[in-house]
Amino acid sequence: MEAVHDHSQDHHVPTGIMRYVTTTNHKDIGSMYLWFSFMMFLVGGVMALVIRAELFQPGLQVVEPEFFNQMTTLHGLIMVFGAIMPAFVGFANWQIPMMIGAPDMAFPRMNNWSFWLLPPAGILLMGSLLAPGGAGGVGWTMYAPLTIQQGMGMDLMIFAIHILGMSSIMGSINIITTILNMRAPGMTMMKMPLFVWTWLITAYLLVASMPVLAGAVTMTLTDRHFGTHFFNAAGGGDPVLYQHIFWFFGHPEVYIIAIPAFGVISEVIPTFSRKPLFGYPSMVYATGSIAILSFLVWAHHMYTVGMPVEAQLYYMFATMLIAIPTGVKVFNWVATMWKGSMSFETPMLFAQGFLFLFTIGGFTGIVLAVTPIDIQLHDTYYVVAHFHYVMVAGALFAAFAGVYYWLPKWIGKMYDERLGKIHFWLSLTFFNVTFFVQHFLGLAGMPRRIPDYALQFADWNMVSSIGAFGFGLSQVFFLYVLLKAIRSGEKAPEMPWEGATTLEWTHLPTPAPYHSFETPPDLRS
Amino acid sequence: MNVKSMFGGIMKVSFGVRVLSMLSALTPGLALAEWNLSFTPAITLLGAEIQAVHNLVMWIIVGISIAVFGAMFWSILKHRKSVGHKASNFHENTTIEIIWTVIPVVILIAMAFPATRLLLATRDSSGSDITIKATGYQWRWGYEYLDEGVKFYSTLATPRSQIDGVTQKTSTYLLEVDNPVVVPVGKKIRILTTANDVIHSWAVPALAVKQDAIPGFIRDIAFKAETVGTYRGQCSELCGKEHGFMPIVVEVVSEEDYQSWIQAKLTVAGAPSFDPDKSYSVTELVAAGEQVYNANCVACHQTDGVGMPPTFPAIKGGKIATGSIEGHLDIILNGSAKNPMMAAWGPILSDMDLAAVIAYQRNGINSNGDFLQPADITAARSE
Repeated sequence: MEAVHDHSQDHHVPTGIMRYVTTTNHKDIGSMYLWFSFMMFLVGGVMALVIRAELFQPGLQVVEPEFFNQMTTLHGLIMVFGAIMPAFVGFANWQIPMMIGAPDMAFPRMNNWSFWLLPPAGILLMGSLLAPGGAGGVGWTMYAPLTIQQGMGMDLMIFAIHILGMSSIMGSINIITTILNMRAPGMTMMKMPLFVWTWLITAYLLVASMPVLAGAVTMTLTDRHFGTHFFNAAGGGDPVLYQHIFWFFGHPEVYIIAIPAFGVISEVIPTFSRKPLFGYPSMVYATGSIAILSFLVWAHHMYTVGMPVEAQLYYMFATMLIAIPTGVKVFNWVATMWKGSMSFETPMLFAQGFLFLFTIGGFTGIVLAVTPIDIQLHDTYYVVAHFHYVMVAGALFAAFAGVYYWLPKWIGKMYDERLGKIHFWLSLTFFNVTFFVQHFLGLAGMPRRIPDYALQFADWNMVSSIGAFGFGLSQVFFLYVLLKAIRSGEKAPEMPWEGATTLEWTHLPTPAPYHSFETPPDLRS
Repeated sequence: MNVKSMFGGIMKVSFGVRVLSMLSALTPGLALAEWNLSFTPAITLLGAEIQAVHNLVMWIIVGISIAVFGAMFWSILKHRKSVGHKASNFHENTTIEIIWTVIPVVILIAMAFPATRLLLATRDSSGSDITIKATGYQWRWGYEYLDEGVKFYSTLATPRSQIDGVTQKTSTYLLEVDNPVVVPVGKKIRILTTANDVIHSWAVPALAVKQDAIPGFIRDIAFKAETVGTYRGQCSELCGKEHGFMPIVVEVVSEEDYQSWIQAKLTVAGAPSFDPDKSYSVTELVAAGEQVYNANCVACHQTDGVGMPPTFPAIKGGKIATGSIEGHLDIILNGSAKNPMMAAWGPILSDMDLAAVIAYQRNGINSNGDFLQPADITAARSE
């Protein structure tokens, strides 16, 4: 994903690896974010396949239970912090300046630094496997006091989270400043593309919630080594306190992942429907409402800890409320398609896959909002299925839609449409084979995070494992589609999508030059 | 009460599933597979109600799906460029936006009423007939019948050979314990949960209960079983490496059977674990100790005591099992100050079991020659 650098020659930019180490260009940094995220996606994916290989049959065949726990933990952390979040920051870097008519991000050097914090964090996360006793086998939620029992791998993971948090906060400050200060004349807030809006809201969520996670893991660190008892009842602490702090971060985190995905979908669906986005203001307000509500519902992840019934009632009602703005968004997307003139190139296919499967994930969210039902399904595979519908069919499919949609703008070449469609249909099929059946396992009561299971769960687990390997191979195929486009893709036309209306398509050549909008476009009229 | 209500109807095993189960007959691991599509049938009235509310919510979702996906697929089929549909340009309609905000509000309020009523009912643990304290340990459950004075530990009974695939797995694989919880039918049972080390969760799907067991705190949950039988559940909060191997088994029996079970438990508890006048030989203790080791120690210290360093040190040639016998006893009795993974076994094992397992570790796995009599353990405990 290299931009053409016609201007770069003027400034004696370093070449080779030093170009990327020292770059302050939003396009270079965006590409690095995307490639880093894709590598971590493959690493986290291999870990998922270790899990599914062990669960293919009852009994222990492939790994020992503690290594299994380390795999579930690292899979979660790597996919959330290493794959999905950096992918959308990559989109933000590439797209936000081009979509608002700015030359670059507001703080280009900080932008460089926030990317280059990621590789050390990734190394710490993966390196924890090599520590004595291995990585922490505690789940990505890292509940105390299990974390107290772990070896030094746990400390490496805590430091990785600190670094990832710093990177996210710096990235967010950059995004907020860029959007608020660097829009082209005439690009009022309510004229911004929805992708920009969703990132503005997400960046605020990140700034508000990442420090909370940093606090939670720091308290874990001091409990482990410095004699504090935040989470130890014998010392006057409370293990449940950890869960409250973690989920005060953790629930907004769900929307940190989902909201930029909403943004991508809100660009792709209007383009391929050849019709403006339906209900733009209500989309903005719905996104804002979701963001605010996301700070008010955290304890619905912990209905079984034994909180007062009044608290359970409050969290149930507050959680149900989220269905309303989320519903508004889905209805608006369908209304955008309604009476449009749709075509189904790969980005649109992934957007439709998103719409269908994310809505299913939303439906199971309504089931889980009902507290007595949630208690039955808590910590079972139903929850695993639910959040993979939101994270994989939601965020990941949106990221695929975004990559196929903007690739011609980024590299000036087209991907192979036939191969892109094959990638979509493989992903869609294997995703459902993997995760739909997990609803049945959860309803039947199979707990999550177990390396071995009772025989009544054998059937759907085997189906799910087969699906997982299919899904994994489909993503290797995606890498091939990508490399083929970069190496030998056909030259992209100036405007590959006839319905696109945002600045990067209307005001910039394809591929976008290394420095774009050195003079802002005047949009007042 | 008909538990297999509404949704059970449309989720009947279909042709496709039958084909799959025929395929499964070819794979030995799937021989007992059930292709379950929904809940384990509940044997409490509240459990049945929870499942009924779930089914109601599912029907609401089916309704919404038909509307939303119907519009989506209609539009995909009819409003496409390839069939020559020209795009309209509308992008705003306040009326419809108000309608599709208000309708979900009404649906959610309609759902909130049964949900609230049911939640209040499930959280009511007052007026219970029997109170049992369930304590989570890594990795077993301890039970204490507070009024009856019965106390015991409940450990996975599935042999390691089944887990490793050496022997055939039985139908209760991983869902069987040495000492199940026994409760009378038709009585309200209150379970107090707590834990000794990390958070565990006491969950039995058929009883529709799940309550975290949190170290240092007591939480409670209640159920009233309507049907006699054996019901199985599992620890439902990640609690370390053997999290998948600490099941919960509840036997619901008649009132008479319950009373005689209590009496039997009290008789056993009253009897000493060993004969105080007898001097046990090392061969006797080693033989008994091997059983204790395989039930309690093998998960971490492994067969033949090879361990998994550094977290789970080796017994074979290890510093403690070949060091002083007093130090060996101390660490087994009171746990390790340095390594939190080594639990205190004093409260869990009897004097006989402790003497036996020490003899096995020192003379079966290692060959030190020294061992302790059960009476020595009694003496060490009182120090």
